[in-house]
Amino acid sequence: MSNRVVNILVPVVSIIIGLIVGAIVMVVSGYDPVLGYTALWNGIFGDSYSIGNTIRQITPYILSGLAVAFAFRTGLFNIGVEGQLLMGWLAAAYVGYAFELPRFIHLPLALLAAAAAGAFWAFIVGFLKAKFSVHEVIASIMLNYTALHITNAVIRNLSDGSFKTPTVLESATLRMPWLREITDNSSLHLGIIVALLMVFVMWFILEKTTRGYELKSVGFNKDAAEYAGMNVKKNIILAMTISGVFAGLAGAMEALGTFQNASIKAGFSGIGFDGIAVALLGANTPLGVVFGASLFGSLKYGALNMPNEAGIPEEIVAIIIALIIFFVASGYIIRLGLQKFGKKKEGQ
Amino acid sequence: MEHVIEMLGIRKEFGNFVANNNITLQLKKGEIHALLGENGAGKSTLMNVLFGLYQPEAGEIKVRGESVKITDPNKANDLGIGMVHQHFMLVGNFTVTENIILGSEPTKLGMINIKDAAKDIAALSKKYNLDVDPNAKIEDISVGMQQRVEILKTLYRGAEILIFDEPTASLTPQEITELMSILKLLIKEGKSIIIITHKLKEIMEVSDRVTIIRKGEGIGTVITAETNPNELAELMVGRQVDFKTVKKDATPAEEILAIENLFVTDYRNIEKVKGLNLNVRRGEIVGIAGIDGNGQSELIEAITGLRKVKSGKITLNGKDITGLKPRKITESGIGHIPQDRHKHGLVLDFSIGHNIALQTYYKEPLSKGGIMNYKKINEKARQVIEEFDVRSGQGEMTPARALSGGNQQKAIIGREVDRNPDLLIAALPTRGLDVGAIEFIHSRLIEQRDKGKAVLLISFELDEVMNVSDRIAVIYDGIIIDTVNPKETSEQELGLLMAGEERQVKAVKEGNE
Repeated sequence: MSNRVVNILVPVVSIIIGLIVGAIVMVVSGYDPVLGYTALWNGIFGDSYSIGNTIRQITPYILSGLAVAFAFRTGLFNIGVEGQLLMGWLAAAYVGYAFELPRFIHLPLALLAAAAAGAFWAFIVGFLKAKFSVHEVIASIMLNYTALHITNAVIRNLSDGSFKTPTVLESATLRMPWLREITDNSSLHLGIIVALLMVFVMWFILEKTTRGYELKSVGFNKDAAEYAGMNVKKNIILAMTISGVFAGLAGAMEALGTFQNASIKAGFSGIGFDGIAVALLGANTPLGVVFGASLFGSLKYGALNMPNEAGIPEEIVAIIIALIIFFVASGYIIRLGLQKFGKKKEGQ
Repeated sequence: MEHVIEMLGIRKEFGNFVANNNITLQLKKGEIHALLGENGAGKSTLMNVLFGLYQPEAGEIKVRGESVKITDPNKANDLGIGMVHQHFMLVGNFTVTENIILGSEPTKLGMINIKDAAKDIAALSKKYNLDVDPNAKIEDISVGMQQRVEILKTLYRGAEILIFDEPTASLTPQEITELMSILKLLIKEGKSIIIITHKLKEIMEVSDRVTIIRKGEGIGTVITAETNPNELAELMVGRQVDFKTVKKDATPAEEILAIENLFVTDYRNIEKVKGLNLNVRRGEIVGIAGIDGNGQSELIEAITGLRKVKSGKITLNGKDITGLKPRKITESGIGHIPQDRHKHGLVLDFSIGHNIALQTYYKEPLSKGGIMNYKKINEKARQVIEEFDVRSGQGEMTPARALSGGNQQKAIIGREVDRNPDLLIAALPTRGLDVGAIEFIHSRLIEQRDKGKAVLLISFELDEVMNVSDRIAVIYDGIIIDTVNPKETSEQELGLLMAGEERQVKAVKEGNE
């Protein structure tokens, strides 16, 4: 079997195995898997409303996935996407309601603010690693908590007791009346275009620019990069900062698209952490991230329909979704199996 | 005479790649049998088959006349086969005894019985003249000693047949001599030995017979006493090989590199270069001879800007380059073949094409306005690959990791020479390479010299330094203690200089006069 075929077969077989195991879980707990999966399918693709909301759900996953993937490609583990996302979320919401500007300035400015906030939060991590050899995982986990509580405190001050910021102005929202119309009043917004644009940006930086070549060199082999005269420290900081831009924009999707505000949170949004799984599912490539985010987002959103339509309790649904993702993530085992299988066939 | 091991018609495939095809090796009891072949010829694969790490697709293995299937290394151990690996498998902060018994700890009432084991090991060490202290910690003893611990490990487990994989690769000349006498002693005590190597000198010195493999094919077995290095090299490479590097006399011109009173510390802040002076002129190759650890690495890193200079001055073409950033130094006209090609020389996960661009990617035509031009990069790579005979499966698209050591090194040399630097620093440029590749690399260094460039060669191999250099600077304890003319010196004199014995050197010189 050629490598290419294996590469395509692995995720497909993984999803199928995941679905089978999920079905077994449903049967064992006394539910009809056909009904369950039909509900899941309908929840994702059932009507234009579901499709709209599924895409809306996928959007921030693409960006948080890009953030993690970009860092991985440059040799860093950005586990702080969650915190960077929260900072971006707040920055976008604030700029979104606090300024009155024409739309063509206001929306880009709000997005830019989110990108800058995420970038700044990630920059701190990169700076600490480059200058003081602080491991990025420790620094970014701590900054996740810091971000959660700082944003909560700021929102409390901005909100006058309503636990959320004022709604962003029309001139800064990503929502479009025509998008709502064609999707039967779903919360689909323009963010998906921003996300796909960033997919291109990541690909372009890594594959086309000299900077991307440097970032990858530093990521793969710091010593060789230094030997070649590259500034390793500067590249570490930059890699982290760019990763933070993607994370901050993921926050903007929630602020300017899905929720139209920033609210006080009891805990993390989870989008940042799920970004790690998305990036790994997508093998850290820009296009792979789109597929990973699509799988993650559709399952997450479609699953909401399973309790309604098939009467399966949320807990079981969560288990099934986790199983599917688990099997996709353990693609290595499946790859091994496929290769053995392929070998046997060749031998015959 | 009886054969203790017979490997008959062995074939081993990896996917579509045939690593071993129809190889036959017969080891007689009490002989030292050399297994000779270029890098990537399939020597290690064959030995891993014997040691049970790989299963052959075809062929038969007989141990003491009986056909056996060696399914794993434990089975090999049971059959009395022991292997001394090239990269030692020792735990640094364990003692010699602890390392040797690891995996088969002798127990007394359920407790590890270290004392008796240490006694046994001391006795073994004495019997084979290994001079190993069973209670020393591995991290405190020299590489040569560590290798003896590996030998003891196989003996302790009752090995009758010992396989040595490139045993001299990391040893000093003195340690090599000692190893050779240990091998002879082992034979005297009734052991049989297979030694994997591509160093012809060692084969001639120590082996009884030689089996040659080339590109995975068994070429045949010859008796050492009836052959010579030239014939062996030809059998191994498949063509004639020149040993004596042919070169014209040097015509040195003006000074390119000048180092004055240089002090450099290592990563632990210990002074390693201690007031070193050195100059290299256009049109000459200066070889730095010395035992590993006398400041060579720190010296190169200081010249190339990878390590801070504590004090002193380095000038290139009359321009002060002390303390400049690596890129500035590279751009001033230095090419650098680093001593560790995997650590510094290549990004192994990049294709060979992308590696060719490592030093020049930011300049036109390889990139423009911050945008890479991969088409131009691949064109450039193809040209370097062609010119420097880099053999790779998919041309410039081959991952650097997939290339053999020799071809990786050729790619690095190609990249550095292609930039046409005034000074080429070659640090251990032929380490671990076979005669074919060594010959090629030496001729390229000489070609640079003949083009009027300066070459600084750092090597631990005396042969290399004496053959290639026009001037030899001997480094000892961070300074150049003497500079000699390769035509007027001897290995003996160099060896003594490298050991820091200036007085004895004078005595030898006077005795010669």
